[in-house]
Amino acid sequence: MVRNKLLLAAAILSGGAFASPAAAQSEQFIPILSYRTGAYAVNGVPYANGVADYYNLVNERDGGINGVKLLVEECETGYATDKGVECYERLKGKGPTGAAFVNPLSTGITFALTEKTTTDKIPIITMGYGRADSKNGAVFAYNFPLLGTYWSAADIAIQHVAKEVGGFDKLKGKKISLLYHDSPYGKEPIPMLQVLAKKYAFEFTPIPVTHPGVEQKSQWLSIRQNRPDYVLVWGWGVMNGTAVKEAAAVAYPRDKMIGVWWSGAEPDVQPAGDQAVGYKALMLQHGAGKFPVHADIEKHVYAKGKGASEPGKVGEVLYNRGMVNAMLGVEAIRKAQEKFGKKPLTGEQVRWGLENLSLPDARLKELGFEGMLKPIKISCSDHEGARDGRVQQWDGKGWKVISDWYTANQSETEPLVEEVSAKYAADKKIQPRDCSKES
Amino acid sequence: MIALGQFLEVLIGGLMSGVLYSLVALGFVLIFKASGVFNFAQGAMVLLAGLALVRSLDLLVASGFPLWAAIVLGIGFAAVIMAITAWLIERFVIGPLVNQDGLTLFMSTIGVTFVLEGAAQMIFGSDAYPLRLFPTDAWFLFENVFPGGILVNKLDVWGGVIAGILVAGLAIFFQRTKTGRALRAVADDHMAAQSVGIPISWIWFVVWLAAGLVALVAATVWGTKLGVQFSITFLALKALPVLIIGGLTSVPGAIVGGLIVGAGEKLAEVFLGSHIGGGIEYWFAYVLALAVLLVRPQGLFGERIIERI
Repeated sequence: MVRNKLLLAAAILSGGAFASPAAAQSEQFIPILSYRTGAYAVNGVPYANGVADYYNLVNERDGGINGVKLLVEECETGYATDKGVECYERLKGKGPTGAAFVNPLSTGITFALTEKTTTDKIPIITMGYGRADSKNGAVFAYNFPLLGTYWSAADIAIQHVAKEVGGFDKLKGKKISLLYHDSPYGKEPIPMLQVLAKKYAFEFTPIPVTHPGVEQKSQWLSIRQNRPDYVLVWGWGVMNGTAVKEAAAVAYPRDKMIGVWWSGAEPDVQPAGDQAVGYKALMLQHGAGKFPVHADIEKHVYAKGKGASEPGKVGEVLYNRGMVNAMLGVEAIRKAQEKFGKKPLTGEQVRWGLENLSLPDARLKELGFEGMLKPIKISCSDHEGARDGRVQQWDGKGWKVISDWYTANQSETEPLVEEVSAKYAADKKIQPRDCSKES
Repeated sequence: MIALGQFLEVLIGGLMSGVLYSLVALGFVLIFKASGVFNFAQGAMVLLAGLALVRSLDLLVASGFPLWAAIVLGIGFAAVIMAITAWLIERFVIGPLVNQDGLTLFMSTIGVTFVLEGAAQMIFGSDAYPLRLFPTDAWFLFENVFPGGILVNKLDVWGGVIAGILVAGLAIFFQRTKTGRALRAVADDHMAAQSVGIPISWIWFVVWLAAGLVALVAATVWGTKLGVQFSITFLALKALPVLIIGGLTSVPGAIVGGLIVGAGEKLAEVFLGSHIGGGIEYWFAYVLALAVLLVRPQGLFGERIIERI
């Protein structure tokens, strides 16, 4: 704990990056773009800890990936796009082969880096966030919005609403509002929700909340007057907890609120106390809780005093998400090593590993993620790899899973992906790859 | 009738929100009034005070103290932290910069902001900590007149009461006490005040302490509203248009400025924002501030400075 605070202090005083070990020629370099300070640190810290602990586990338990140790450097973005780009530029060339990939943990930074990473041939992993159209790997060769885009999330949320109201036909005439962070992140689901609103004839109202979301009285007074049947919450950081509290203040039922998977972690509900009881959120497959991989982390990382988090927070929603994100990157490198050899790889080589990554149940069990994730299989045309989710509900002490698995309906999401990615390709003069010829 | 009810609800809610902004703006006014320094660190001071309070409160409750005792001790601890902070700022930042121009002093408070933000999170943690000192549910008034009634949040009312007490207390302090009069003398001309024997170091410590205590009061209300977390520092940005409108040197101006900003931004967001895409309240407050600047550059209640050329 003291060590973590000293690291935090170092980060603050140095204005950004954590101290890094000297690059070694036999190590695989991975940058971590994180935010441990600033308005979104409450959510950024557990995520970054999950990422850091998993990389540490791979080094401590396995001696790296097939003997290639991971060299990691963390850079503080503060969730600011300009700082994120600066971190990327500073770190992309480090290590013997440059960055294996980059995880910006910000849709704004993702938009800013998409063209740069393509030019630099460094994959950009945006697990559960980023540009939804980048699911189309034929156009976005280096973008990997793994496990679910915001269009998949929107579709899953509407599926759940439909289930609660008694079927898709019952959506007709219902009022559904989207309370969103007024940023590229918050705006991303709007086109999909507009498509769904047209198809199912529900009334859709987007309501923006200005960064960082500390003041939402106007929005909730409007909601109180308009009385939507459901409010979807696309928030991050303080916006989520404030939304829950303001909902309570205007007596809007919390069980009619459904947050996206970035609005469904412990820091989003704990500040609201009992007022958060009943609040629901999507799950990016996993939720909170401990699985076999956590036992390994406790044994090989925390028992040696090398853990990044407070031990009590290991297994929280965002910690687990960071861990899953790190695992997918590690497995992509492992896959790429099968083709390019057991040595530090370039971003371009790791991109091939990502595009050919397949993690069936048996492999997830070996990795200790059984029960957290469903199988994932990425391909040239499908950089999302999986689009499954569930719904959880806060009971005042913890998150409880309250639904079966949903799978985003590709017949609804795919036309929009095709349309928007084709427009991007035309604007940027990108010739889409022929995925039937990729291997 | 629904439209009128909604209008009144938004207006009242906005006025109440504005009072909460005023709580933060008061800290700015205090320091500027007494030292001529625009204290950019006021938002960070709210964060520090809030974290000191909530973390000590949690510790005391976990140690078995009754809640009332924990609250008293927690507030006492946070006040001590703010006193230490005031002393450190006076001793190591503002004191050594005496006689420097206003811009230098302003820049130094930007430095203080980042140090306080970093140190507060390093010492007390960077999570979101719940604080429940006031009720946060609502009254629904005139339900027989307007469908659904007019919503008034109890926390906002508490904020208004606290702001009223603060303003009255500060007015008495500045007008009726020897220290208060010394503060005003220092504000007018600190070199002249020093020449007549007013201990300027002590006065500046007192004023930074007073601003720290105002920050603590703001933290109790805003911490209850949002939970104590880093984002509370953004309140400083909400206080800026309040200061521009009310004037940097006027305690009542901070309250009136808050009322104008709160009501203006909420009415604009609800009734204008919905027609132009929404999300306008953040910058609309600055539109109001700019409008006032054009008419009264010193703010509605600020002192008009006339210099003989």
